[in-house]
Amino acid sequence: MSTYANKKGFGATIWDYLTTVDHKKIAILYLISGGLFFVIGGLEAMFIRIQLAIPNNDFVSAGFYNEILTMHGTTMIFLAAMPLVFAVMNAVVPLQIGARDVAFPFLNSLGFWLFFFGGIFLNLSWFLGGAPDAGWTSYASLSLHSEGHGIDFYVLGLQISGLGTLIAGINFLVTIINMRTPGMTYMRMPLFTWSTFVVSALILFAFPPLTVGLVLMMFDRMFGSNFFDVAAGGNTIIWEHLFWIFGHPEVYILILPAFGIFSEIFATFSRKRLFGYSSMVFATVLIGFLGFMVWAHHMFTTGLGPIANAIFAVATMAIAVPTGIKIFNWIFTMWGGSVKFTVPMLYAVAFIPTFTMGGVTGIMLASAPADYQYHDSYFVVAHFHYVIVGGVVLGLLAGINFYWPKMFGTMLNEKLGQITFWTFLIGFHLTFFIQHFLGLMGMPRRVFTFLDNQGLNTGNMISTVGAFLMAFGVLVMVINIIITSVKNEKVGNDPWGDGRTLEWAIPSPPPFYNFKQLPLVRGLDPYWVEKMEGKTEMTPAEPLGDIHMPNSSILPLTIAFGLFVAAFGALYNMDDKTWTLPIIIVGLLITFGSMLIRSVKDDHGYHIHKEDLMDDKDKGGKA
Amino acid sequence: MANEQSNSANPNVDLKYRRKKNAEEMKHQVISFTLMIFFTLIAFAAVGIEGFSHWFIKPVILLLAAVQVVFQLYYFMHMKHKGHGTIALFLFSGLAVGLITVLVFTTIVWL
Repeated sequence: MSTYANKKGFGATIWDYLTTVDHKKIAILYLISGGLFFVIGGLEAMFIRIQLAIPNNDFVSAGFYNEILTMHGTTMIFLAAMPLVFAVMNAVVPLQIGARDVAFPFLNSLGFWLFFFGGIFLNLSWFLGGAPDAGWTSYASLSLHSEGHGIDFYVLGLQISGLGTLIAGINFLVTIINMRTPGMTYMRMPLFTWSTFVVSALILFAFPPLTVGLVLMMFDRMFGSNFFDVAAGGNTIIWEHLFWIFGHPEVYILILPAFGIFSEIFATFSRKRLFGYSSMVFATVLIGFLGFMVWAHHMFTTGLGPIANAIFAVATMAIAVPTGIKIFNWIFTMWGGSVKFTVPMLYAVAFIPTFTMGGVTGIMLASAPADYQYHDSYFVVAHFHYVIVGGVVLGLLAGINFYWPKMFGTMLNEKLGQITFWTFLIGFHLTFFIQHFLGLMGMPRRVFTFLDNQGLNTGNMISTVGAFLMAFGVLVMVINIIITSVKNEKVGNDPWGDGRTLEWAIPSPPPFYNFKQLPLVRGLDPYWVEKMEGKTEMTPAEPLGDIHMPNSSILPLTIAFGLFVAAFGALYNMDDKTWTLPIIIVGLLITFGSMLIRSVKDDHGYHIHKEDLMDDKDKGGKA
Repeated sequence: MANEQSNSANPNVDLKYRRKKNAEEMKHQVISFTLMIFFTLIAFAAVGIEGFSHWFIKPVILLLAAVQVVFQLYYFMHMKHKGHGTIALFLFSGLAVGLITVLVFTTIVWL
């Protein structure tokens, strides 16, 4: 028995992670690769700010600047923010609902590897003739005329990683609907689980339009079709519509999990039940729904006409209502609570004013007539960085600090965490606050340089200084992580001392089967309910019994890898090279062969036997 | 397994009840199937027989199609049974989102 507890060699550990189907390990994979892409995207941001530090700079060329700018946006949204969100979801959601894993562990692993190979494919463009250079929105009128293979890398890379995201979203939907522990009703689910649920539904409905858009773009570029080519009777605006029908829900896909993380943090460190729980749930669902009805506000200046502009402007402003409900609920959660300012709580408190500022400029931009002035200026850049960095990134940093002990069993250093927090927050406001005014003074976005004596010098310099402060903050965080991992001081179940939800009732990190016996949930914040009755652990909902576990498998990796190979063939096939067809065939054979093996080979998993779960302290007789 | 609950290992439990249920189910399916064929015949007839205006034929066919979809979902794909609430929620919210998008494109958006 318990051979799995043995110390493993380095190679065995690597193999373990390559084949794992355990949601906790997949969370770590998402965290590592998302962190890696976050650093790459951050470096690109630093190059942008260095180039714009002084007027008429020649640090990078105009063409290269376009590539950096495009890859900064694409990497940060698709390859950094999305996987980091999935990292926290994978680490926490099954624990919060009292499940032993997600509904489809194999698909969970497949989703990760598809994302990973898509991201790698996209970034290989740097070394293979140039990255995409048409902006992260890749508007068809620009991208169809882009030289080289940059846009093809964008189309194929995002198609592969988008598949992974869709799979992950469906997986979480099924998990949350089907795998809640006895007593965990919908209205007892923690807010982070609720936001994951809504976000997964958004992924389900929002990613197909992107897939369609990318397929049309692929046909236009690879096979000479004319969906977006105006000269040949196509319509370039269709891409904009398809992209934003996906793109607007996408920003809610990113922000709602951050809202969920902050809701957990506010309740935990105010040591109070979340104020207005049901209105929070309602607001989350409403934001998700409204998110689909507002996409055209990104296109006010394309000439939709006054009626469409007016309707979309009003719909957009309506989103401020549920968001306002949330902001006030968080404030009222802190009100009268016994607040403890830990590092996650610092992020949460700083998030409220920061995100509100981003929201207010959002309302300004939503006013269609005024938008004609702001459009394509640095004002827009300032706005979306205030909501995405001030909302999503602060949320992820808070979440990583908050859940680090649950994921790795160690506490991040408090002092270094505070240094990261203050430098990052101050750096962030330095970088982006001034950009509102640069925009209002007329600086257009996406320019690679600006002229001297136009009143833009000081603002841009301040912005660059701020960017370096943010980079310093992230560097300190990396050092913090290294120090913490080397020291490796293990902590117990509930290291923050005030855990409210199920994940804090089990060891950190949890055993690979999560719950020896599924817990019985008797109210909102179930662990807190038990604590208030003087208990130290959850009441089990079932007698101790054998636990059915899935087997590890390398197939998800090979399925994704086959697509990665085939994508290279498809990409160079445009140049009429003869060797590309075999590459496509080999790649697809790897993918479909792996799928075939998965289909025909019986894999029933294995059982952890009851006797192996019992020890001297715990005979499993409580239920 | 101790952690997997089933209602009964004995397939003969409630056999009578199940038989009755199945017979009822079968009746519903046969009725809806007949109706669907009948609707299809009407649709073909409406196009085939001359004298009806387009403004009459098109909405009638679309209406019949909608009813057939409902039959398909509720009688053949068991959505009328218990425990399909979540499925219905997602189906109809997806439908709502999609239809509103189409509505937007056909009415207010210049494409």
